Amino acid sequence: MADYRQIMRDGIWDNNVVMAQMLALCPLLAVTSTATNGLGMGLATLAVLLTSNFVISALRNIISNEVRIPVFILLIATIVTLVDLTMNAFLHDLHKVLGLFIPLIVTNCAILARAESFASKQSVVPAVVDGLMMGLGFTLVLVVLGGVREIIGSGTLFANASPLLGESFSFLDMRLLDDYRGFLLMVLPSGGFLALGFLLAAKSWLDHRKADLAKAAVRAAEIAAINAASEEAISEDESQRNGEKP
Amino acid sequence: MNEMKQKMAYHPILLGGIALIAGAMLVFVDAGTRGPIADRQAEDLRASLTQVVPASSYDNNLLEDTVVLHYPLDYADHVAGITFYRARLSGKVVAAAFEVIGMGYSGAIRIMMGVRSDGSIMAVRVIAHAETPGLGDKIEKAKSDWITHFAAMSLEKLTQQQWAVKKDGGEFDQFSGATITPRAVVRAVHKGLTYFNAHRAEILATEASHG
Repeated sequence: MADYRQIMRDGIWDNNVVMAQMLALCPLLAVTSTATNGLGMGLATLAVLLTSNFVISALRNIISNEVRIPVFILLIATIVTLVDLTMNAFLHDLHKVLGLFIPLIVTNCAILARAESFASKQSVVPAVVDGLMMGLGFTLVLVVLGGVREIIGSGTLFANASPLLGESFSFLDMRLLDDYRGFLLMVLPSGGFLALGFLLAAKSWLDHRKADLAKAAVRAAEIAAINAASEEAISEDESQRNGEKP
Repeated sequence: MNEMKQKMAYHPILLGGIALIAGAMLVFVDAGTRGPIADRQAEDLRASLTQVVPASSYDNNLLEDTVVLHYPLDYADHVAGITFYRARLSGKVVAAAFEVIGMGYSGAIRIMMGVRSDGSIMAVRVIAHAETPGLGDKIEKAKSDWITHFAAMSLEKLTQQQWAVKKDGGEFDQFSGATITPRAVVRAVHKGLTYFNAHRAEILATEASHG
């Protein structure tokens, strides 16, 4: 039986596409100059990942091992093209922003990696959950990275969010720093590498801290056990001594 | 042996079958989205045309009153040619809008320019570019008013030498840290204007290619 808790943990944190597997860095660095672009790209990737995991898992019993890679690539390329056409027709403003990057989802190795290492071996429901969680983890990193770069680079957050999410989300569009002259480095790809580096360091720090705390808790328990044992021994000793001198 | 054959035949059939299904889905979705995509692109074109030729200055349908010239201009290939969208006020052509392309710091800069029938510029707008954010992107109207300085310029008003950025002895400002981008835009606009003047009679007089 699939362990959904573990799938969720893996997708969002432990085995995150970007922060643990280090995949899909090209689209990541290219689109995350603003949080809005990051969110749009993340959602498009999420849709592709979800669909490809579903289709590949559903077909896993008829796909033979020898031709699985071409079949996966064919399926992924088809799904991406369908998403591209649909977005161009019905989410045209967003497509103008992301248009260049959507065909690149085909080459996003994270999607083939999930197809190969997860969806082709699991039944449909866990595969769909895995696609959803991996996609969410990727979107999360894109939005955080885009947000950091946008705030430092141009002093805004979620600029132009309304074409993506609709007018009701225009409140997200914030100008955080007035009269900010911008910090060009963060908007350029090199800023993406810098921000990603700090993000990875932060994740590593959190993971290590958690491991250290767990280790410390174990040691504290051990020490408490030793203390308790020695106290017992001492008190036994004392009672024996007391017994010797009546 | 027989089993082996069956197995060998299975792979191509599987691959072919999936390719067939994928192809069918693509055809289906393409047919379904072709109309909406064409509509959206026409809207985009109308929006960029309105930026260079104000809607109040004409009373015809710009998108349908076009003339295509096939004379070579650097980037334009002979086959596709350059499309001129003509604005008419009570039947008389008052202006034409067309697209020119400049080669900037990071690839093509697509520029829409509107020119009055007397050869003076109505407005110039950049419709797509990939220049460096924060440096070269000041050619956008949203970022700076630099692009508005082309208004009312013409070949008579400025000499060949003046159609350049100040660094090259011309009339147009460059941006601090970015000379290549404005230089490319100035050059492209100048070329476009020269082209318009050379073929003015044809652009203004020819019957519409369609519609």
